[in-house]
Amino acid sequence: MVDVGWYMGLAAALFMIGALGILLRRSALVMFMCIELMLNAVNLTLISAGRVLNDLNGQVAVFFILVVAAAEVVVGLAIIVAIFRRRATASVDELSELRG
Amino acid sequence: MVDLLWLVIALPLAGAVFLHFFGRYLREPLGGLLASLAIGGAFVVAVIAALPFFEGGEHGTVILLWQWMPAIGANLEILWDPLAAVMTLVVTGVGALIHVFAIGYMHGDGRFSRFFTYLNLFAASMLTLVLAGNYAMLFLGWELVGLCSYLLIGFWFTRPTAAAAAKKAFVVNRIGDLGFVVALMLVFTTFGTLSYSGIFERAGDQLTTGMATAIGLLILVGAAGKSAQIPLYVWLPDAMEGPTPVSALIHAATMVTAGVYVIARSAAIYDLSPVAQTTVATIGALTAIWAASIAIAQRDIKKVLAYSTVSQLGYMFLAVGTTAYVAGIFHLMTHAFFKALLFLGAGSVIHAMSDEQDMHKMGGLFKKMPTTAVTMGIATLAIAGIPPLAGFWSKDEILASVYARGGWFSFLWILGLVTALVTAFYMTRQWVLVFLGEPRWGEDKHPHESPRVMTVPLIVLALLAIVGGLINTPFFTTLEHFLEPSFELVSMQHPPEDGLLVLILAGLSVLAAVGGIAVAFVSYRRPRERWLDFEHGFGPLWGTWEAAYRVDDLYGATLVGPGRKAAELTAFGLDLKVIDGAVNGVGRLVRYAGDWTRTLQTGYVRNYGVLFLGGTLLIVIWLVAGGM
Amino acid sequence: MVETVLFILMAVGALAGAVTVVGARNTVYSAMGLLGTLFSVAVLYVVQLAHLVAAVQVIVYAGAVMTLFLFVIMLIGVDKSESIDERLPRQRLWVGGLAGVIIILAGWLTVSGEFVWVPAEEIPFDVEATNGGIQQVAEPLFTDWVLAFEATALLLTIAAAGAIALAHFRRVRS
Repeated sequence: MVDVGWYMGLAAALFMIGALGILLRRSALVMFMCIELMLNAVNLTLISAGRVLNDLNGQVAVFFILVVAAAEVVVGLAIIVAIFRRRATASVDELSELRG
Repeated sequence: MVDLLWLVIALPLAGAVFLHFFGRYLREPLGGLLASLAIGGAFVVAVIAALPFFEGGEHGTVILLWQWMPAIGANLEILWDPLAAVMTLVVTGVGALIHVFAIGYMHGDGRFSRFFTYLNLFAASMLTLVLAGNYAMLFLGWELVGLCSYLLIGFWFTRPTAAAAAKKAFVVNRIGDLGFVVALMLVFTTFGTLSYSGIFERAGDQLTTGMATAIGLLILVGAAGKSAQIPLYVWLPDAMEGPTPVSALIHAATMVTAGVYVIARSAAIYDLSPVAQTTVATIGALTAIWAASIAIAQRDIKKVLAYSTVSQLGYMFLAVGTTAYVAGIFHLMTHAFFKALLFLGAGSVIHAMSDEQDMHKMGGLFKKMPTTAVTMGIATLAIAGIPPLAGFWSKDEILASVYARGGWFSFLWILGLVTALVTAFYMTRQWVLVFLGEPRWGEDKHPHESPRVMTVPLIVLALLAIVGGLINTPFFTTLEHFLEPSFELVSMQHPPEDGLLVLILAGLSVLAAVGGIAVAFVSYRRPRERWLDFEHGFGPLWGTWEAAYRVDDLYGATLVGPGRKAAELTAFGLDLKVIDGAVNGVGRLVRYAGDWTRTLQTGYVRNYGVLFLGGTLLIVIWLVAGGM
Repeated sequence: MVETVLFILMAVGALAGAVTVVGARNTVYSAMGLLGTLFSVAVLYVVQLAHLVAAVQVIVYAGAVMTLFLFVIMLIGVDKSESIDERLPRQRLWVGGLAGVIIILAGWLTVSGEFVWVPAEEIPFDVEATNGGIQQVAEPLFTDWVLAFEATALLLTIAAAGAIALAHFRRVRS
């Protein structure tokens, strides 16, 4: 058996990589993928914790997160496409008019 | 009748209030008649209420009008004793005559009714002061007469000099009031009350000499402000900017006597402090001769009278400082008669000469206005101290009492005697310059005698100036008996017992008076060039007198100038730069903070992401630290 | 034994995929990296007896979502490479700083001994309770969490409607 800590560590690493990816990449699509990475890291954490605590609710929670993530991707990608039609760019840096 | 005494204050007050609201609807003489009736009514009430005092020995009653601040002994209460009665009769009697005179003098003025509003208000205030049964009510009246003085001096406020004079009067008065208020504080801490009945009887037990001296000197400060003594007399000559009835009423007969009254009323306190007494007397004597010397060289007919008033008030202070209270009040009364007469006469002259006030441009007016000339002549003789006119008896009683006191007061007696000579001189000079000699006025002036509404009060006052002195001669001491109950607790100075000494002293003062008259008559009953030579004969001294020793310039340089600079510094330096700067600075600070914070809103999602992550990190660290 | 090996293999795969997502210049490479990560994590789910979730992950996530991603990449431009320079000032500085802080924090937490590392042997493991088959997972879904279930169904419907509305916007305007 593998210690739970390893799983948590892996999840943490995945999460961190995803977070840094959001901050460093300009393309909206890649940022989205990094968000998916982070969500997966959280799912992994939940499953592992459910296993340690002998609780099935961890998996139930993951289920819901999966569904919501799917819905979010749908809408998010629709927005990106709509923006691309207007401005011919997928770069997040171009969308900076809400500034002080 | 005593319980109707409140009418004395209420009638002029009601007159003032009524005229304030409805005066503008009244045609011309109505407002003046109403005001004169109000004060005349007050006079009648006062006379009837004073009748019991004529038998002598009656002590006086306290009448409570309204409970104001009972805890500190300050209610609206009237103390009706002989001293209050004398003052009330003078104020209402002379005041009524002046009101009638003013109906004629203010004819044609655009604010006729408003003038009488103020006059009546002044009368009510002065009566409040005089009838008060405690120091608080006295102070109320004190401040109100100051206000009315301001309103009346500045009645023609469109003239910048008038507005400035009113302001000066108020400010100088204020300085005196500061001393007065501190005195009241000391009185309160010593006695626990401000009511006369709680103070004067216990004064002997509760006052130390030091405290009595302090209170006495501080009251003197207030009195010097109100009654124009050194060093706070400078407002009175400027106050001549007001209409002449104002000068007659306020600055001759009534308001300026408030200082003398307050010292006389506080006799029980002065009784315990020889130092305070001597100070009062010395200030009085010095003021008397100082002001008299200035009056010698004045060209304006009203300025002569103004400085004369300051000088005569000095006599009154000399008297009460010597504890010759009866003599002081006596002179107050006679002075009210002849000074009011002099001012009203001057008003008559000014009116006839179409507002000319420079005596060098008058002369030969006797034929044109005989009634005025004769009445003013009587007043001149009275003030000079020629028997048997009123001024002689009162002035002589003062001088005799001062001489009898001895010691330092002998020197003060000499000053008083010299002042009498000078007084006779400058008053005669004025009369001769105005009424005798060749006319020196231009073609545009048409002098004529004044209407009866103005000359009748002159005649009445002249009669009073003639017989008024007879109420307190060494042969018939009526006034002294009248006032005795008010002063029975204190030791009072009297003229010497020795009849011969009294006669010699009287002779000396008459000699001084006659001498002064003679010099003036001879010097000025000549063509113009001759008396100009006479004036120049005094050299630079004459100019110094004419410029009133340049005291105003001195005050201006030492007090007014620095005061104004301090005010400018505070207003433009402190208030504008520091306080406004701090407030504006806070505003600027907020704006800069806002500007800086604004830079955080870059519009770039990735920058916001950094902030997110950083914040989340902080929360994690905090949770971890909390869990440890 | 098996689990350990599988764990190491899948961990490497997941991390490699993640790094590819972040580091690749070509967007399609990023998508492929993500795919790899998803598959690795699905295997890890199976190892932990979460069978239904693993299956759903592969079918929905790797199957539908990634397909959607690839469609959009295609729409937007496959061959466009993102330029490497950073235009926002000091962004890399801040990120580097944050990353450093996080690494230090994690390291300190692990090493400091304030937190207890529980070895695997000491954890009670009940296969019955955590076996994530369809029936076992469906039970709580339709009883305890039925409200959330219905709500997420509604959410999906709204998301689909929203996507259609967004896609149609342009035509309505012109």
